Amino acid sequence: MIENNKESTSTVRVKSMIEQNRQRQSFRAVSEKAVPTVLLVIALISILTTIGIVFVLITETFEFFNRVSLVEFFTGTVLRPLSQDPKFGILPLINGTIISSAIAMFVAGPIGMMTAIYLSEYASDKARRVLKPVLELLAGIPTIVYGFFAFTFVTPFLRQFIPEMSATNILAPGLVMGVMIIPMIASLSEDAMSSVPNAMREGALALGSTKLEVTFKVIIPAAFSGIVAAFVLGISRAVGETMIVAIASGSSKNFTFDITQSMQTMTAYVVEVAGGDASPGSTIYYSLYAVAMTLFMFTLLMNILARYIARRFREEY
Amino acid sequence: MKFVTDIKNTRQEEKQQTTKVYETKDLNLWYGNTHALKNVNFPIYEQEVTAIIGPSGCGKSTFLKTLNRMVELVPSVHTSGTIEYRGENILAPDFMVEDLRTKVGMVFQKPNPFPKSIYDNIAYGPRIHGIKDRKILDEIVETSLRGAAIWNEVKDRLKENAYGMSGGQQQRLCIARALAIEPDVILMDEPTSALDPKSTLKVEELIQELKKDFSIVIVTHNMQQAARISDRTAFMLNGELIEYDYTDDIFQHPKDERTEDYITGRFG
Amino acid sequence: MTTHIQSEKVRNRMKRRVALNKGLSGVFLLATMFGVFVLAVLFYQILTEGMPYINLDFLTGKLSTMPERAGIMGAILGTLWLMAVVIPVTIVLGVGTAIYNELYAKEGKLQNIIQTNISNLSGVPSIVYGILGMTIFASLLKLGSVVLAGGLTMSLLVLPIVIVSSQEALRAVPSYLSEASIGLGATKWQTIKNIILPAALPGILTGAILALSRAIGETAPLVVLGIPALLLPFPGGLFDRFTVLPMQIYYWTLDASLVAEYQFLASATIIVLLAMLFILNGTAIVIRNKFQRRY
Repeated sequence: MIENNKESTSTVRVKSMIEQNRQRQSFRAVSEKAVPTVLLVIALISILTTIGIVFVLITETFEFFNRVSLVEFFTGTVLRPLSQDPKFGILPLINGTIISSAIAMFVAGPIGMMTAIYLSEYASDKARRVLKPVLELLAGIPTIVYGFFAFTFVTPFLRQFIPEMSATNILAPGLVMGVMIIPMIASLSEDAMSSVPNAMREGALALGSTKLEVTFKVIIPAAFSGIVAAFVLGISRAVGETMIVAIASGSSKNFTFDITQSMQTMTAYVVEVAGGDASPGSTIYYSLYAVAMTLFMFTLLMNILARYIARRFREEY
Repeated sequence: MKFVTDIKNTRQEEKQQTTKVYETKDLNLWYGNTHALKNVNFPIYEQEVTAIIGPSGCGKSTFLKTLNRMVELVPSVHTSGTIEYRGENILAPDFMVEDLRTKVGMVFQKPNPFPKSIYDNIAYGPRIHGIKDRKILDEIVETSLRGAAIWNEVKDRLKENAYGMSGGQQQRLCIARALAIEPDVILMDEPTSALDPKSTLKVEELIQELKKDFSIVIVTHNMQQAARISDRTAFMLNGELIEYDYTDDIFQHPKDERTEDYITGRFG
Repeated sequence: MTTHIQSEKVRNRMKRRVALNKGLSGVFLLATMFGVFVLAVLFYQILTEGMPYINLDFLTGKLSTMPERAGIMGAILGTLWLMAVVIPVTIVLGVGTAIYNELYAKEGKLQNIIQTNISNLSGVPSIVYGILGMTIFASLLKLGSVVLAGGLTMSLLVLPIVIVSSQEALRAVPSYLSEASIGLGATKWQTIKNIILPAALPGILTGAILALSRAIGETAPLVVLGIPALLLPFPGGLFDRFTVLPMQIYYWTLDASLVAEYQFLASATIIVLLAMLFILNGTAIVIRNKFQRRY
């Protein structure tokens, strides 16, 4: 059964070769020690990014609040950075951000949710195989393209029905932002729903429930925390979205609730000011950091909240 | 008992004086707070097949993996006592594990070839130990595959991915891979549990053949297998070494009641 | 024995329930198709507006204020230069961090800190990265709006994607492969280099390509960095000023109200950008399918 026994000469040779190589192993030992250190340094650089962001934002924001009071910033409804008598109230920007995000979630919430329900509970394997890549495609389109679409297609289209609508307004970018967020809400909610064990579905179906009843009475309650987390992340995404609003909602800093008019979001303000000529050292330059800091804190809190919800309220199956 | 085959009868009496490869003294091992090995004293002899049997969870695999310190891949493991390999305490903190594992080969429960060609699987060991010469590698590959009785089956497809082979072939490839760095001891962790009976038989025959050149420690849950191929058998239970003797003696005249219960199948 | 279930009533209700189920399943399908529909409209608009403008002169020409003479070669080169920075930086930092986290870091505080940081980073709006890039690379290091500053900013932006996908790829390598290698006396680094990394490579590459396509489609951080609108010379090195395709789209879209053709030039540029993204994503899919491992 053994075809050819090992030649004893070979035995001696390989063993001794390995032994010989072992003698000059110092290089191996060094690299073995060096590699984790190098990798640790690399990992620390990655962490340094967050620290860098926070550090930059905090120091420059601090400078801003040396010049403009916290009260004015957070309660002022007048934002007039370039005037002779500049005013730095962030409320118009927060207002614009909330309104555009609300419009976006008004679209993405229900449609994303219904898409998730369809994909998770109703679609055949074949339909799923076609639809999911399409949604991925939708998610992969750069936001600048959505901005272009909002400005050159959706606004002119809406103006046919709402003639008094301004060429830059908050409605069109809000709607398009909603379309952009659909895939995110849909896929995160679908993940949550399809991870509900089949036994729960079968149990309910066996009692004579329709699929619809299973979905709303069994699946969605069981997947609720995942779905809420998806919505929170969706909101955070809408708040941080920049190019769509920078292009299509204009730069009006009016504190208004009229969605057919131009409004500015926090992100669009940063684009406008940084893209313009805010000379370093000027108050308007520092206002960039104060706005970015507000944005950063908000999205950070939303993300932490989403993870907390997803972890804390996970159903135990 | 029937399953003692004639192979065992070739056992020479001078085996008693054979040198020990391993000498384990008062070995204790914990996974976190779980006491997995309790005061194990376990000598292992040169050029023999030593089988370790026992119910699952008895610590037999843990013990085997302690012999080449693979057990440390599980975090939170800590030990006390000593294991001497050729007179050196392998549990000493400054002991170089890579060196130990070069001399002590291992074959795993499930065949685990690398997702590489058959050739590269065998050449992997020599290469990491600094053998780069193509001619020498060719020779090592052939010798090892012959040693594992698989050369004729694969010699025409050395460049093919190892995952194209059958499970039994994969396991013999893994044995060949261990042979390629010419170890002193080969540890086998239930090497046939994932194989069909025919492949199992081939591997068992191979083990008999390998014993001429290597000391082999095999963990098995199959008592007949232990009886067929081993020279000595150890019975472990709840992390303790209950009984350890020549295989014939263990199976024919077990001294401990628990051993007898287990062997005769009265044990849960 | 009295029964609480009256079959007559149940049957009547059942009709309603079944009908509702049917009706709403149609609504769900329609909602799903809404995304597809928007995508179709978007593509239709871009293709009809942009295709007529796509020709060799447009692809290889320099920018110009006159629409009929404008070309986007500079933006294409700028995007390629950006990739030339992003690819090596994200692979070294991303894969290195992933290896450290998955294979070296002891479970505990440091690993937790790194992990939390990475998941927090991935939620930070891209514009905030722009501020970071502007402050540190452009101002503090005095690089200005050059390829290197833009590339480093974009690298930091997509780094979390590369780290997370690499970690997943490394985690997916079965432990029995590394056990086999360690059992042969290989050191940890030898095992990582020779066994774990090759097995995880398809997953790592897929993630890296997806990150890259995110980087070349991003605009906001570059606006903050002050990437110029009209730039005539082509970038030729890391310290040259540059523009990229999305920036070109941005400025042409903004100015569409001044010169109508700019909108069509923007469409044409979008086609080029999307074509690049499709090629990248196609490559990722091919890699994923071709190197799907058997073990």
